[in-house]
Amino acid sequence: MSTTHSNRRGFLKQSLAGAALLCASGGIGNSAAAGPVAAGAKSKVVVARDEQLHGTGSSVDSQRMLALADRAMQTLFDRDHPVEAWRHLVQPGDKVSLKVNTLGGRGISTNVLLVAAICERLQESGVKAGDIVVWDRDSDELERAGFHLAVGGDRVQCYGTDRAGYEDELAAWGSVGSRLSKILTQRTDVLINLPVLKDHDGAGVTIALKNMYGAIHNPNKYHPDGCNPYVADLNMLPEIRSKMRLVICDATTAMYEGGPGYKPEHSWNANTLLVSSDPVALDHTGWKMIERKRAEKGWKTLAAEERAPRYIATAADAEHRLGTNDPNKISLIEV
Amino acid sequence: MFCRLDVEDAVNHIVERPLDRRSFMKCALASGAALGSGAALGMAGIAEPAAAIPFGAGAETEADTRYVFEAKFYQKLPNHKIKCKLCPRECTVGDKERGYCGVRENRGGVYYTLVHSRVCAAHVDPVEKKPLFHYLPGTTAFSIATAGCNVNCKFCQNWDISQSRPEEVPAHFMPPQSVADIARQYECPTIAYTYSEPVVFAEYLMDAADAGHAAGVRSIVVSNGYMQEEALKAAYGKMDAVKIDLKSFTESYYSKVVTGQLKPVLDSLVTLRKMNKWTEIVYLVLPTLNDSDAEFRGLAQWIKANLGTDVPLHFTQFHPEYLLKNLPITPVPTLERAKAIADAEGLHYVYIGNVPGHPSQNTYCPKCRKMLVERVGFTASQVLIRKNSCPFCQQPIAGIWHA
Repeated sequence: MSTTHSNRRGFLKQSLAGAALLCASGGIGNSAAAGPVAAGAKSKVVVARDEQLHGTGSSVDSQRMLALADRAMQTLFDRDHPVEAWRHLVQPGDKVSLKVNTLGGRGISTNVLLVAAICERLQESGVKAGDIVVWDRDSDELERAGFHLAVGGDRVQCYGTDRAGYEDELAAWGSVGSRLSKILTQRTDVLINLPVLKDHDGAGVTIALKNMYGAIHNPNKYHPDGCNPYVADLNMLPEIRSKMRLVICDATTAMYEGGPGYKPEHSWNANTLLVSSDPVALDHTGWKMIERKRAEKGWKTLAAEERAPRYIATAADAEHRLGTNDPNKISLIEV
Repeated sequence: MFCRLDVEDAVNHIVERPLDRRSFMKCALASGAALGSGAALGMAGIAEPAAAIPFGAGAETEADTRYVFEAKFYQKLPNHKIKCKLCPRECTVGDKERGYCGVRENRGGVYYTLVHSRVCAAHVDPVEKKPLFHYLPGTTAFSIATAGCNVNCKFCQNWDISQSRPEEVPAHFMPPQSVADIARQYECPTIAYTYSEPVVFAEYLMDAADAGHAAGVRSIVVSNGYMQEEALKAAYGKMDAVKIDLKSFTESYYSKVVTGQLKPVLDSLVTLRKMNKWTEIVYLVLPTLNDSDAEFRGLAQWIKANLGTDVPLHFTQFHPEYLLKNLPITPVPTLERAKAIADAEGLHYVYIGNVPGHPSQNTYCPKCRKMLVERVGFTASQVLIRKNSCPFCQQPIAGIWHA
């Protein structure tokens, strides 16, 4: 049941107000991780597209965005109604966090309208507004991307780790040892990963798996060697692996060259959402989309530029098993 | 700011480390009461401690422009990219990204340091703690650091500042002139750039050294030496003494444990030698990882051939920390073995560090073997060197013994 300030319009209205208090922490729930499905089954990646998403203007139509997100979720979970799809992931009482990507600034950040649509469906699924937090590393970056900070009260929360802090203790796996955002560790039962689709000058591409660099205190230490194996090792951290349930990649505007900063001359309105529970399969699919656009525009492949995203294969290997990058094991559903 | 640890802490943590974040802020609050008039940071003209900000609320915002200066040592590339020329990583950094060190950022094709005057650790330390044993013994150094480092040693004692971005660590605004003023106020003949990795705050180091020299205060640096030659000459050329942490003598260790490279550090040592810069070397011995006879011997032979027998070499004891808490403390016999090998190769001044009370913390004449400097912990309790020579046999004793 929506209230005036907790539906999608209300989220957008609330986000204009801003606030200054830090939200209290919550517990950690038990949840099934995202990642590879049962042996023999394929990983579903839904590619939902609406060519009219931007309408006749440059901005996205909010109703069409909601409809697109609904169609993607219903397809992924094979449900007739979007709320039924979301109830597959969340239940009342869950603390849900939405990790957006705002490094690139307005133009190549997770779209506010997509986030608003998700928040609306989450609340219809029984999650309280105050139990939803939209976050990234830095509050200033969130604001530059069009989000407005909201801390405290019974509305959807929105702030950066700079307000919440990092855990004092290190979380370590393989080559990675980092302090994790307290938003992830203390404020999240269910993590919804909301990356954008763009290339990266070091890693090749930056999509779902690399979006988690925004959850640690020292991402700059994990850029050598094409961010490999660091991206994969980071996603093995229990706090990330156990909580990430879903990836919705915002490819409404995507970028094929010049990332991670925004390069309008190398971006295009792909009008697409990529949705999956398998972040490796999603990253693989997104990578191929970028390569197709690069070919169309006359650019070399990422491999030819010595920046093929090797971290994707690492994430799929026997040591990590974070998902699959085998096209024969990915069920690609276009809607 | 000088914050006294209690005695037990001082004995148990005789390592080169600043306070952790919580202690730093506790000390900042206590400093006024504990040190009396004229000693608190506030009375030295320094901004109120970050303790005034509720803990966990974050340090100054990234937009705090007083810390941001255009970097030296970089090259502009097409498409708003830059190539950093400060250290051998030569990070190619895209717009809005930072280099590996985390404290230098590309903004629209211009590279900036984010940590000029952004001090996150400040103490008055005995110079022996650096350790520098052949430089003004018995004096103190006003020791400062910013966040950041250009490597990621798995055993780092100061990882909470070296591996952090500057906005993640409470800091004081301490411009170069303030550094010099505080050093003089605390009667420190030297400013030391230390704790994290001074390579990454080279611009600030250079400006502070200039301010210090103008005020009659020297400068020393405690560094990994992982730096490009031009930057090394420009920055460490302003130093009066240098201590280099040589982590091991194999490339594989540097790659796996340090995420760096050995050869550039060896090159830096040779460059410092050619610059006639007083240099001491610390080799932190990690059990099973860099403690072989072959490595100790290779190291000692290299030093003798390339730097000479008078360069002090400190084999120091490792204590479990950061990502290597599974290793034991270095056994003292291992350190003694290392020293014996280096002595046998002909090095004159080989020390054992982090082992309080060990006789190899003292300085002995390489000719007549009489004790010339007695050390108790980090205190030079007795210094017999006169006119840079042994008073017993007149053997010249290398070092900077007098101001």
